[in-house]
Amino acid sequence: MTATDRIARFLFAFYMVAFFVYLFAPLVIMGAATFNTSRFPTVTPWQGTTLQWFNELWNDRAMWQSVWTSMVIAFFVVLIALPVGTAAALILTSLHARARGFLYALMVSPLLTPGVVIGIATLVLWRQLGVGGGVFLIVVAQASFIICYVMLMVAARLQRFDRTQEEAALGLGASKVMVFRRILLPFLKPALIAAAFLAILQSVENYNTTLFVRGFDTPLTVFIATKVRTGLTPAVNALALIMIAITVIGAIAYEVARRRQAAAAAQRAA
Amino acid sequence: MAELYRRFGGGLSTIFVALVLMWLAGMVLAPNIMMVDYALRPNLPPAQIGGPNDVYSLDNVMYLANEAVHRSIFFKTIWASAFVAFATFVVCYPLAYWLAQHATPSQTAIALLALTIPFWINEVLRTLAWYIILAFRGPLNALLLSLGIIDEPMRWYGNGGVLAGMIYAYILFMLFPIYNAIESLEKAQIEAARDLGASTWRIHWRVVMPHAKAGIATGCVFTFMLAAGSYVAPALLGAPGSRWFTEIIYNWFFEGGDWNRGAAYALVLLVLCLVVVLVTLKLARVNLTDVAK
Amino acid sequence: MSHSVELHKVGMTFGATRAVGDVSFNVEGGEFFSILGPSGCGKTTILRMIAGFLQPTEGRITIGGKDMAGLGPNQRPTAMIFQSLALFPLMPVWENIAFGLEARGASKAERRSKADELLKLIALEGYGDRMPGELSGGQRQRVAIARALAVEPQVLLLDEPLSALDLKLRQHMRAELRALQKRTGVTFIYITHDQSEALAMSDRIAVMSAGVLQQVGAPRELYDNPATPFVATFVGETNVVAGKATAVEAGIATVETGLGTMRGRAGPGVAAGQAVRLYVRPEALVPGGKGDNTLSATVERIDFEGAFALAHGRLADGSAMVASISSTDLGGAPAIGGSATFGFDTRHAVVLPDG
Repeated sequence: MTATDRIARFLFAFYMVAFFVYLFAPLVIMGAATFNTSRFPTVTPWQGTTLQWFNELWNDRAMWQSVWTSMVIAFFVVLIALPVGTAAALILTSLHARARGFLYALMVSPLLTPGVVIGIATLVLWRQLGVGGGVFLIVVAQASFIICYVMLMVAARLQRFDRTQEEAALGLGASKVMVFRRILLPFLKPALIAAAFLAILQSVENYNTTLFVRGFDTPLTVFIATKVRTGLTPAVNALALIMIAITVIGAIAYEVARRRQAAAAAQRAA
Repeated sequence: MAELYRRFGGGLSTIFVALVLMWLAGMVLAPNIMMVDYALRPNLPPAQIGGPNDVYSLDNVMYLANEAVHRSIFFKTIWASAFVAFATFVVCYPLAYWLAQHATPSQTAIALLALTIPFWINEVLRTLAWYIILAFRGPLNALLLSLGIIDEPMRWYGNGGVLAGMIYAYILFMLFPIYNAIESLEKAQIEAARDLGASTWRIHWRVVMPHAKAGIATGCVFTFMLAAGSYVAPALLGAPGSRWFTEIIYNWFFEGGDWNRGAAYALVLLVLCLVVVLVTLKLARVNLTDVAK
Repeated sequence: MSHSVELHKVGMTFGATRAVGDVSFNVEGGEFFSILGPSGCGKTTILRMIAGFLQPTEGRITIGGKDMAGLGPNQRPTAMIFQSLALFPLMPVWENIAFGLEARGASKAERRSKADELLKLIALEGYGDRMPGELSGGQRQRVAIARALAVEPQVLLLDEPLSALDLKLRQHMRAELRALQKRTGVTFIYITHDQSEALAMSDRIAVMSAGVLQQVGAPRELYDNPATPFVATFVGETNVVAGKATAVEAGIATVETGLGTMRGRAGPGVAAGQAVRLYVRPEALVPGGKGDNTLSATVERIDFEGAFALAHGRLADGSAMVASISSTDLGGAPAIGGSATFGFDTRHAVVLPDG
């Protein structure tokens, strides 16, 4: 091993450490600040260890109200985005190349539109119709781009669909509706579940679009951002910590399940 | 369309078409057309709407061109977003390369899982974490002081804070496209280049990066677009001197009370983003179909 | 009795390509009918038109005397078995088999009992709750057949269903399919490019080439009396000698060739003065020159195949020749490298118009 190799190796190791510190330090510090008695969330100086912020979180009616608002929004976004995104993917795969290119560009355009612009456009249209900001407009504005994600995920799965299954079902006397319900939908189910997850995530985490169409309603992201101005306490950190914990547990469970499945598959193949 | 009806029958196909029409016409096209309409009309009291003064003009766009502060914030947002895209690329590229070419499958699985964890909690909380770290009396200053690197606490809020927060927020949008692109590169090509005496730098510049061009372009386009349209990072981590164009737009809507001018500013931002996206993709010869993976 | 399936001047054009033209044939009830031809000959198109996945651009298809025009695959008394089988991977075996009954609104108990009955028929009792992915190739094959039979179709359409299996399993499944067909009495229309498969299984065979129907007949008839040069060369091995017909009398054509004068049975459309070809099967060639006609060839090699050996030779005009010699006669086989004379009877040769 030459000296330059050794230097390169060292630099790469340094980079990797720095990268993952950069990635996780914010989470660790945010979590740790939950246990500091300091009113402003921080870890320096450490003023004493406490669990009082969980208590405060528990009693924060406004915070729970905003969590509820976010959940309601996410529910309706999923309700709209799944059927529309699926329909869009099905139409796309049934079109000829030329028309498909144009429609595809139109369908992914919301992904290439800045979030604030989506919020503004939705706001001005609905004001013209006499509807102001609020949960309804948040759902409409978020769904308009979350549908794209659903469409892409469903379309990706559709590409692996064996159309002779549809023909086989038709040949056995099934109606087209039955073919859709019994053959195509069950095939799409994994993609639909994943898309629903992603849609919920996108909906709950959205801020840029939501900010413009929220009216007087306050979903979680808006609530937290407002708190920064009006007096942030580690109760927010407690909430974040709970979310991180759920995520990490979920991620580990997912990885364990994946490995177990892979092992089972390997065993079956052997 | 005929194929759709043949495949799903009249009832289902009509439902599909109606749903997609509602989305594309009602939720994508109509709002944007209305925004253009707003942008081109003057802001008038209700009594005068539809009156002789309610005519289309480019006054709102020209206002941006002539207002020195807004103009400079606009250009600053553009170049800063481009810089964010570049910096995110620099941060992500080595890891993407390592994951795609050197890591074992289980290392890759764990690393990808670890990478996604911060992104399951929302963008506002991620930004908030940086807000805490970069506070004047926060952990970063405390660490640097105790190491003796600085003598007195620094003010991180501002350009540096916005940059750190944005790179953090967009890592995945850059990493995944590049990782996917490099993964399809045969190891043998790199070995061949090395065998021919190419330096590490040269291998990346002449073999790996050209191969991953589509992924790099995709990552940069998305990062640029997200950065230019971001509101939360500049709002939380910025300083008065680091105002972002989206903040100006917000002010027109909710403080200045001039929606027409706000719509015009938003329109300019939209056009700029689309131009940058399309030009970058064209230059990198990437198809729109490949972008959205 | 009416024909089970009737095709009347059926044609199919895709854009500028004419995939099938002017095809007419009848399939009798309870018949095992094969459509044989190389890939791209239009046989799958015909099957898909009978099934209703394609509507013919010309002509008429009737099933059980009823015109099928405008009816979709789910409205026809047919069931199809696909080359890929197209089992539904997300349904257990019994639901696969009972899918057609589900489409007809049968109750769950009814469906389950019918599925169990069919599982017994295909000797897979107790496999109802497995998933298709857990079955072997042959088992999946049988499930696909059971699924098609469950709807009690008048006609079962099979699109090369055995092509994915290995040789041994394929031969086993051939016998099983044939037995199943006899037992159920359902009309089978079977697509294949494998002529030995078609010859072994079918009551009758339709031979297709380039979208045109060449001949319909029983396996023996196709083999012994090919009506066109394509059938003569595609069904079984054969030797070809080109020449000119000098006379046609009482069904026997006299052919002047570069290798001498030869006689064979005149096929349809052969007239004196015409350019023709004479076809002789390898097993009709007898070494030693016994018979009405003779052919001289240089023997290049002899491939021993077990029950018989194939002698590959070259005729005086440079074309290849092959003769089949029974193993019991190998003592009298010609020497390799030497010249040998083969004889054949006039009734074993067929003369057809050239081209």
